[in-house]
Amino acid sequence: MADEAGKHIGEVLLSASNISLSFGAVHALTDVSADIREHEILAIIGPNGAGKTSLLNCINGVYHPQKGTITFEGEPRADLAPSEIARQGIARTFQNVALFKGMTTLDNIMTGRNTRLGGNFLKQALYWGSYQRDELEHRVLVEKIIDFLEIQAIRKVPVGRLPYGMQKRVELGRALAAEPRLLLLDEPMAGMNVEEKEDMSRFVLDVNDEFGTTIALIEHDMGVVMDISDRVIVLDYGRKIADGTPDEVRANQAVIDAYLGVSH
Amino acid sequence: MLYRECGQFKSTYRDDQSIFPIAQDRWALWIALAVAIFVVPTIGSDYWLGSIFIPFLIYALAALGLNLLTGYAGLLSLGTAGFMAVGAFATYNLMIRIPDLPFLVAIILGGLIAAAVGVLFGLPSLRIKGFYLAVATLAAQFTIEWVLTTFGWFTNYDASGVISAPPIEMFGYEFKSATSRYLLTLSIVVVLALAAKNMVRSSIGRSWMAIRDMDVAAEVIGIRLLRTKLLAFAISSFYCGVAGALWAFLYLGTVEPQAFDLNRSFQILFMIIIGGLGSILGSFLGAAFIVLLPILINNAAGLFGGAIPADVVSNFELVVFGSLIIFFLIVEPQGLARLWQITKEKLRMWPFPH
Ligand SMILES: Nc1ncnc2c1ncn2[C@@H]1O[C@H](COP(=O)(O)OP(=O)(O)O)[C@@H](O)[C@H]1O
Ligand SMILES: [Mg+2]
Repeated sequence: MADEAGKHIGEVLLSASNISLSFGAVHALTDVSADIREHEILAIIGPNGAGKTSLLNCINGVYHPQKGTITFEGEPRADLAPSEIARQGIARTFQNVALFKGMTTLDNIMTGRNTRLGGNFLKQALYWGSYQRDELEHRVLVEKIIDFLEIQAIRKVPVGRLPYGMQKRVELGRALAAEPRLLLLDEPMAGMNVEEKEDMSRFVLDVNDEFGTTIALIEHDMGVVMDISDRVIVLDYGRKIADGTPDEVRANQAVIDAYLGVSH
Repeated sequence: MLYRECGQFKSTYRDDQSIFPIAQDRWALWIALAVAIFVVPTIGSDYWLGSIFIPFLIYALAALGLNLLTGYAGLLSLGTAGFMAVGAFATYNLMIRIPDLPFLVAIILGGLIAAAVGVLFGLPSLRIKGFYLAVATLAAQFTIEWVLTTFGWFTNYDASGVISAPPIEMFGYEFKSATSRYLLTLSIVVVLALAAKNMVRSSIGRSWMAIRDMDVAAEVIGIRLLRTKLLAFAISSFYCGVAGALWAFLYLGTVEPQAFDLNRSFQILFMIIIGGLGSILGSFLGAAFIVLLPILINNAAGLFGGAIPADVVSNFELVVFGSLIIFFLIVEPQGLARLWQITKEKLRMWPFPH
């Protein structure tokens, strides 16, 4: 269990208050409030179509909720473009792998560092002096991520040719390369076999443990959720119906009715 | 010598990140450069230098420019020749209006003006993609042609519309002979090609490929879409603008809007489709192919001793082009450069495939 290491769960890092998001007549989220605390692993669960992905999309600016506010690091946030939110330290992966298919594993993960490896394009065209040094420095960090995720062997392979499980791992690497404060993972273990799920769970725990990264993840596998999360929130039909420790949520009658007991 | 990567251990990331990590590729480049600098001017006739090598190099430069935009950043453009025209006419006007302006400075400024125009027509790219963007760039092509033929100022009120380019003089030397024009073109193209190669392996190149492959994911890792796309338009149009100026000053010797019509745009688009989208080498291969194919077909027809009428030959050319483009679009979208790469991969295994 993640909490037995005696890890320190800190202040609220991000807080969504009374968020509502609809697409025409579809209410994806209705009046949802949730906090994400520093250093915790928060699981977001709920049946398909419950609004889990929509919640992540609101947090990182892909969607802007029609109502409610999002506060990050104590400051209420205006409707920003996703690129600006990324620069504030929020990274994510997608439910359907969203890698850059024509690029290699290495380049995909290097791209995760682009916000820090700027410099003007003239320096890059010359590839000389300070730019070359920067590129090398960032490469060293990216190689650490590659070692950490045990994907050295596929470093130079275009990601389009990789099996699905590996693609998910590369996508995690790309998100990690940004050294985010808050990492959002949308079904990181979907479609994986047991070993792959175990590997991925270990990576999630290690990231949380070694870098202190705050993680919010969507997951369907209850075993995994109960194992790795510090806290769980449950969505159903766009509303939050429970919020607590894995044990509390497991015992919650509304959750049992809406999700665990009833098969969708 | 065998084409091998193994045995060349790269002990540092620095070696691994060098511009051509495989030694044989480095050698191939040096040899190609040596041949281009020393052998071609010595054995090439004025006809070959002036009418084949110079246009080939300039086409390759324009294709490179388009490839940065379309092959790397995924933004389809039909305005290539329009941006070339801007470069040519901007350079021309700078040369005649600012006395003693050095030619190199004039073409750089001409390229920058083309870049500015490229950015202007690139603005819609934030909202539209693919086919619709192609139509927007088509508008650039027509607008630029119209402006240049309608407002006399740009052609210095020349009635014929065909202006001879002012002579090029640098360091007291006049670039008049085919050899000197060839070497000047070659130097500019090599420098810009190396710069392009560097950009595509840097963060800006990765940003371009990222927005090409998956723009939502690119944005979510912090890439600013509008800026990245406009930079692609600017740099691409700079390359095309310089190519246009070289076309007018070092190839044709005249500055005329007709040299930069829609056909030219398509021709350059075909080069990158045949040569390889998203490949620097592919831009050169595509340009070589399109320059050389008509010559090959004509020579082949010549073997029949004029028995085949000229119009049949030129129609045959179109048929061959059309079939090749369909072939590459369907079978090998990464073009000749990819075929070359596959050959190299086979060589790497040879003589023990698997
Ligand atoms: N871009 C969109 N346009 C229209 N409807 C959407 C869009 N995104 C999500 N929805 C709808 O919002 C609801 C919640 O979707 P989602 O957040 O993806 O659910 P989950 O991730 O929990 O499966 C669903 O009914 C879905 O159809
Ligand atoms: Mg979802």
